[in-house]
Amino acid sequence: MTLNFAKKSLLGAALSGLVSLSAQAGTVEVLHYWTSGGEAKSAAVLKQLLEQEGHQWKDFAVAGGGGESAMTVLKSRAVSGNPPGAAQIKGLDIQEWADLGFLTELDAVADKAGWDSMLPGVVSDVMKYEGHYVAVPVNVHRVNWLWANPEIFTKAGVSVPSTWDEFFVAADKIKAAGYTPLAHGGQAWQDATVFEAVALGVGGAEFYRKAFVEHDQTTLTSPTMVKVFETFKRLRAYIDKDAAGRDWNIATAMVINDKAAMQIMGDWAKGEFAAAGQVPGKDYICVAAPGTQKGFTFNVDSFAMFEVKDDGDKQAQADLARLILEPEFQETFNLNKGSIPVRTGLPRDKFDSCAHTSMDDFVATAKSGGLVPSMAHGMSTTSAVQGVIYDVVTNYFNSDSLSAEQATERLAKAVKAAI
Amino acid sequence: MSTHSGHTLPRSNPLDLLQRWIPKLVLGPTIITTLLFIYGYVIWTGVLSLTKSRFLPRYDFVRFLQYEKLMDNDRWLVASYNILIFGGLFILICLAVGVIMAILLDQKIRAEGSIRTVFLYPMALSFIVTGTAWKWILNPGLGLEKMVQDLGFTDFQFDWLVDPNMAIYTLVIAAVWQSSGFVMALFLAGLRGVDSSIVKAAQLDGASMPTIYRRIILPHLRPVFFSAFIILSHIAIKSFDLVMALTGGGPGYSTDLPATFMYVTSFSRGQIGLGSASAMMMLGAVLAILIPYLYSELRGKQHD
Repeated sequence: MTLNFAKKSLLGAALSGLVSLSAQAGTVEVLHYWTSGGEAKSAAVLKQLLEQEGHQWKDFAVAGGGGESAMTVLKSRAVSGNPPGAAQIKGLDIQEWADLGFLTELDAVADKAGWDSMLPGVVSDVMKYEGHYVAVPVNVHRVNWLWANPEIFTKAGVSVPSTWDEFFVAADKIKAAGYTPLAHGGQAWQDATVFEAVALGVGGAEFYRKAFVEHDQTTLTSPTMVKVFETFKRLRAYIDKDAAGRDWNIATAMVINDKAAMQIMGDWAKGEFAAAGQVPGKDYICVAAPGTQKGFTFNVDSFAMFEVKDDGDKQAQADLARLILEPEFQETFNLNKGSIPVRTGLPRDKFDSCAHTSMDDFVATAKSGGLVPSMAHGMSTTSAVQGVIYDVVTNYFNSDSLSAEQATERLAKAVKAAI
Repeated sequence: MSTHSGHTLPRSNPLDLLQRWIPKLVLGPTIITTLLFIYGYVIWTGVLSLTKSRFLPRYDFVRFLQYEKLMDNDRWLVASYNILIFGGLFILICLAVGVIMAILLDQKIRAEGSIRTVFLYPMALSFIVTGTAWKWILNPGLGLEKMVQDLGFTDFQFDWLVDPNMAIYTLVIAAVWQSSGFVMALFLAGLRGVDSSIVKAAQLDGASMPTIYRRIILPHLRPVFFSAFIILSHIAIKSFDLVMALTGGGPGYSTDLPATFMYVTSFSRGQIGLGSASAMMMLGAVLAILIPYLYSELRGKQHD
């Protein structure tokens, strides 16, 4: 049976090879988790561009926002020796896949298009394994945003805070005025998102990098880390008590509906404001999270390319990689998704003011060294280390009995064990 | 007798050969798939738990390192403690509520059929639905607490769902709500199976109804207890969807159970070795409960 089947599919492959006119045409099977409205539209753009090149796009979409189920599917396909040509993998997971020997090199495409000069070093480092490109970045999300409701700030008579000290002063007044100062969802990843914003604001970019990228033990046990944990815990007083388990978009809705004054969340929150018909600068304000004006925590979506045998398929893969970084796709995709293009210097008149700030800060921080990978979104470390940081952070935030010193100690110990 | 005649039948008869082979042929695939996909994978998981596999299976053996890591992992200890609380309370309360409801329903009341359906209905829902519904009911800002406060009792508080020390008990509430009707149905069937002449005889001897239930009827229902216990304990140990829907393991990781721990470590955190070790620990716990129980039950049967 299986033999027959194999023969048939071989025959089929041979026939389709004869039928296709271009010898170089191939198929890329693309595993992705862009299944929500705007995302699916963006994927369709890429598909169309690829088909214009004469290749075929075999869609393999696995629903589930964070891509967890997509990764499970990908692992089972890889174990059975049949991985798709391209898969949406991000952050340090790229290195893990490359280390296991699954990924193909994209240096030829990268050299020709000049990716090295196009991308900031911090971003291209994530895309490289042992100095060779194995993945293509698609977009940049900034994670350290503070979304604010200007109406509540006016009513409470305070201005949007730019440091953590100002934050606590403002939050007290907002609370006194009868609003929830900080909208938050009590899920581990949201706790971690706020925590990394606090760490960047309190400790600065150098501290952040040492702690979450290099996992330097002296930094992880330093007094600064204790201060980060203390500041982080103080936020709990400004969050309503029903936050446990709440989804991030519900928390965003609290800011939209004049219930809460602020939310610390990545720029995907902008989609919620836009969907509610709100205008940036007027109905809502976007500023860098307190103390992080000179910092930028990035979360980059990317595609990694798997080894394929057929020459045509290889060509299709290379073309897909090239197309992803070309201006046309970069613009359409990022307008749909709320992120900013990963390559700089593109026309920006179609983007909104929050995206403009994001673009300026991206370029500026890439030069100044304030551009750091997001820990909460898997850009700075492996999923194993990220997992244990999540555990310590979320447990500390929700527990009354742990002190900041104990949490610091636990964090350092857990990170050391997980490396 | 029959085996003997089987041997003496002529071998050349094709129909007879077929008859002898059909059961084996029909059962064959089931036996092979069971061996492979249940026991084979149990062994594979065991092997993986001794390796340092992270992202994908990898066969670099590290002996019991993953188990040591597991024992040092605070989250795993919380999960193990939680399964004791959750499993214990869930099984006990379900059995108690089920038995009481069955006895009350056994009193030849009117509209018994429709009442039975009402109590049994939650079992028709998936745990995901139960979890989502109870998440809303127990949410202090949306459900029960707000409702009672709106009725005028402003001091009323019921915020277990968002309290890390109490959240595990909300899992028990939702699970008991879902499964006690099913236990009731099991016991009701058992009660109906008890010979009514025994009850009548006891009544003639002047025994009161509570005494009859306690001394005569319930001891008869030992096999039903056994089945209910087995079913409830496997529901408790494999509880995963309820936690995911109701609390997502939170607040923090205070409502994590071994099953959710295993899933998260193996599949979202890429630590297959550690996840396999936790799976083996779960298997060990199940065997530790089941083997003595099965043994005593089966041996008891032979003596009857």
